[in-house]
Amino acid sequence: MHVDLYEKIWMYAAAGIILVFLASMGYTTLGRAMQPPSHIETIDPASVRTDPEFGSPGVTIHEDGTATVVIQAFMFAFLPLEIRVPRGRDVTFRMTSPDVIHGFQIVQTNGNTMVVPGYVSQFTTRFDRAGEYLIVCNEYCGVGHHVMSATLIVEDMPATSEAPAGAGEAPARTGETPAETGETSAGTGASAGTGASTETGESAAGTERDR
Amino acid sequence: MSGSVRDGGRKLALANLWVAIGAFAVASGMAFMQSLSRANLDLPFRSASVYYMSVTAHGVLMAIVFTTFFIMGFGYVVAERALGRSIVLKKLAWASWWVALLGTAMAAWAILWGEASVLYTFYPPLMAHPLFYIGAALVIVGSWGWCWVMARTWMVWKRENPGVRTPLPVHGMLATIIVWVLATIGVAAEVLILLIPWSLGIVDTIDPMLARILFWWFGHPLVYFWLLPAYVIWYTITPRIAGGKLFSDPLARLAFVLFILLSTPVGFHHQLVDPGVSAGWKLFHTFNTQLILFPSFVTAFTVIASFEVAGRMKGARGLLNWLEELPWGDPAFSSVALAMLMFAVGGFGGAINAAYGMNAMVHNTAWIQGHFHLTVGTAVALTFMGTSYYLMPRLTGRELELSLLARIQPYLWFGGMLLFSIANHLTGLAGMPRRVYDASYGGSEIAQQWVAGTGISAVGGILLFISAACYVAVMLGTGLAGRRIDPEPIEFAEPLQGENGRAPILDRFGLWFIVAAILVAAAYAWPIAEHLSMERFGSPGFQPF
Repeated sequence: MHVDLYEKIWMYAAAGIILVFLASMGYTTLGRAMQPPSHIETIDPASVRTDPEFGSPGVTIHEDGTATVVIQAFMFAFLPLEIRVPRGRDVTFRMTSPDVIHGFQIVQTNGNTMVVPGYVSQFTTRFDRAGEYLIVCNEYCGVGHHVMSATLIVEDMPATSEAPAGAGEAPARTGETPAETGETSAGTGASAGTGASTETGESAAGTERDR
Repeated sequence: MSGSVRDGGRKLALANLWVAIGAFAVASGMAFMQSLSRANLDLPFRSASVYYMSVTAHGVLMAIVFTTFFIMGFGYVVAERALGRSIVLKKLAWASWWVALLGTAMAAWAILWGEASVLYTFYPPLMAHPLFYIGAALVIVGSWGWCWVMARTWMVWKRENPGVRTPLPVHGMLATIIVWVLATIGVAAEVLILLIPWSLGIVDTIDPMLARILFWWFGHPLVYFWLLPAYVIWYTITPRIAGGKLFSDPLARLAFVLFILLSTPVGFHHQLVDPGVSAGWKLFHTFNTQLILFPSFVTAFTVIASFEVAGRMKGARGLLNWLEELPWGDPAFSSVALAMLMFAVGGFGGAINAAYGMNAMVHNTAWIQGHFHLTVGTAVALTFMGTSYYLMPRLTGRELELSLLARIQPYLWFGGMLLFSIANHLTGLAGMPRRVYDASYGGSEIAQQWVAGTGISAVGGILLFISAACYVAVMLGTGLAGRRIDPEPIEFAEPLQGENGRAPILDRFGLWFIVAAILVAAAYAWPIAEHLSMERFGSPGFQPF
């Protein structure tokens, strides 16, 4: 098959561009352990409102200063409406829906996950900038979709009993293979060029059935 | 390649094209209302439930009805003109048209009566009226009938013309059909096995994640079902209109074969932030998605080189002045040239969407609608509109009416889409979610940053609506009142290098179909089996609209 010289050059260049794309993905995935939220855990949507964990959503600050946020996303609100988390420490979000599919997006960060009834979404991230963030539902969920929002407040919290965040257990876990744990590492992409935190720290939250 | 009009196929083609144009007209009106609504303008009928109904109607009518009917009509034209024989199984072809039309009417009724505001992705447990799902199934069944008519016509032609090479436009349409058959297996399973029994109350609950997996099995190759007929036009019709030749025939065939192989095993890149799907499978699909950029790169070179050939054949000598020799005043050409320009930008945007790490910054934000209005909304839709200006006079035997409107229409679309798309990409990066009726979030400070963008997007929407109105006016004018003429022939571009570049393996459709099916199985069999084996809980239906 005859291929024109210029076209040949173009095809090598195109293949080169694609290789660069793939290499950058490979680097962030394997080298920096960046994974999209891929937690695998199921829950009966009919039991969400009475579930010991999701029935009483809220923020738990752990002894090492990290936090776990349990959220119920339903038509047309998030509970809790206001979420306060510590700056610069790992925050693990866990959420599910008792009704339809919702989205959970912390605006101007890369904290972004689908919330699907029957499944628990979970990701761990860290906020480097203190302040107020807007959380919106970004998947159509019905006639009140556009009012479904919440507020996230990132603030400096006095260390509870432990050493400062970041020096704790998280870095030690960096080497975990994220594809196995299904963890993410979202950073506050827009807030600072600092990029994503690369840890894949597992939260201490109780009842998961990870695969 | 006789230009004579074979009557049966001609009527079939026109019947399909008119349904496409009708769906386009209704959907454009919906879009106009939506873009104004998002800019928070006070309109008399503005309400959240009307808005979400309208988004559903726009998505279904544009993405499914307009595209599918246009492609079916265009397919019949290609089969008859490029093979030089009439299509076979005409009764089946008409039956398919009626079935798809009936399906469209059922789904449209459900949507317009407010019984199916589930958007064009219809994710359960949002539950539409059963007629919505049955209608969607009938449209797909009708399209399968079209696939079979096209494939049989080609097989009969093969038997009549042993040793003759399949013409390139037919090669491209057969690739389209293979992609479509593999893709629709996913959505047919979703609709027939999960959604219809559930919406009729035969089963109580549904697994929303299984439905999403099956939907996106279909949802991404759907993109190539739209795009490949546009590529057929770019490769075989536009260079001819420009007065040139096709730069490379075998590379065009290579591109089509690569699309057959890579279109389907990519669906998880739409579900990168979904729970319940493991990261490893997401990575595999993402990898395949990046590879599919390659045939589009090849297409860009071949088509632009073909345009250069046209300019040089008209006497251009300099480095770039061949551009001046191209027929920019002919809407059948300008639409494709502008569509390709926007597709280049849209293609790189797509690489960002499908990038494993970057996706979370843009997932379900306004960036996404900015993206796909460049790809399907311009690369495909503008190409189809421009091609209507070429096809309609040749099929109806009537002169193009209101041809001044036809000449400005592609430029209006380009300008409107530039504003709309740039604004939506930027507001998306600033975090504005897609598909929201009102993005003010109770006056939130962050949401204030989006106001300028939604305003610009609305201006773009107005220009796009004017452009769409021009298109519909030209079509109606031509069909109803155009002066009767002797239709010109429909002809395809000759390759620059003749039969020089044969690579017969690229014409082995059976082989590529099997390889593609194996790839689809590799991408989906394991994750679906894994999914079915875990403890899952179903959801009842909800109708919050």
